[in-house]
Amino acid sequence: MSELSEIQITALKDLLYRMADDELILGHRNSEWTGLGPILEEDIAFSSMAQDKIGHAQALYEILHKLGEAEPDKIAFARNEKEFKCCHLTEMPIGEYDFSLMRHFLFDTAEALRFDMLAQSDYEPLSNVAKKFRGELKYHTMHADIWIDQLSHSSEEAKARMQTALNECLPLALGIFEPSEYENVLSESKIFEGEKTLQDKWTEAITSIIQKSGLNLPDIDSLKPSYGGRKGYHTEFLKPLLDEMTEVYSIDPNAEW
Amino acid sequence: MPIKSLDPRVTRENLSDQPNNVPIKDLSHWQTYEVFHQAKKGDRHIHVGSLHAPNPEMAVILAKEQFARRYKCVNLWVVKTSDVFITDYEDEDIFETNPGKIYREAGGYKVMDRINKFKLEKKES
Repeated sequence: MSELSEIQITALKDLLYRMADDELILGHRNSEWTGLGPILEEDIAFSSMAQDKIGHAQALYEILHKLGEAEPDKIAFARNEKEFKCCHLTEMPIGEYDFSLMRHFLFDTAEALRFDMLAQSDYEPLSNVAKKFRGELKYHTMHADIWIDQLSHSSEEAKARMQTALNECLPLALGIFEPSEYENVLSESKIFEGEKTLQDKWTEAITSIIQKSGLNLPDIDSLKPSYGGRKGYHTEFLKPLLDEMTEVYSIDPNAEW
Repeated sequence: MPIKSLDPRVTRENLSDQPNNVPIKDLSHWQTYEVFHQAKKGDRHIHVGSLHAPNPEMAVILAKEQFARRYKCVNLWVVKTSDVFITDYEDEDIFETNPGKIYREAGGYKVMDRINKFKLEKKES
């Protein structure tokens, strides 16, 4: 790809912040299960995937840094709520395990598909990162798919819980695909095909798993997507999360741990 | 009184500091699976440990993070522990004379002398 224009850089940064902030915030949220997971084996698997997410965030912040933004640690810990571009789905408290699993399924399916699309990106630093994490994300979706399937086919209570979690998560999950004002720039420069294309692929993917599991998929077109996160408007839950996450950094920005 | 912990996650749980002991019901535990790990295609699978899972599909998914998280792995096997047929420790005596049979060890072959000689030569040169 030749030299990026000013508008292309702005568009690219917007995309990177959305993606990286999603990874960081959900990585932090999912790590709240560490030590409290339903069984030891799942606790370890879920914590490990949360750690993967922080790794993805770091790789994306690294690209932002090369584009002139602050150091990854500073981006992660020294911004205020308004500057975060994560979607509402990632901010929600962990709730019960059904909610966290459903969020994991809906988010990671979108994430894996997004990275698949980005592996074809003309912007090489991004396509390299996307290719690097493909295998990791394949495991994440395998893990999510099997849990959704198993719980939906177990007891009546489990099935009802999964259905409630799905109904609760769906409008939030649609917020992942909040359109950006830079969609055209990104697709014309072959950096990223766009949120609409991604959402279509995602709908197809989750529909197939949801149907297999016997849950009812609400009519997606009739739902009101939880938009605003991409523009810095967040739920009441992000601020306390940031306060907790940045506690050490706020006391001593140069602390090493 | 709910527990106040230095770990905010524990505090959030609002756990009572007067725990009531809930007995574990029979069959509320999953069975165990034995996990075998292969580092390279063609290598033998090596037993690396066991884990709890309700069925083989879940066992594989969980085994990946328990046993194939750090080092290279190309393939995993899981086997229900109850499907492994085992010798009894009471019959340990069937192996008793093994340590005496040094002539059965690979080190007893003549070629070992030549290998050692070769190694020594290589070291000296």
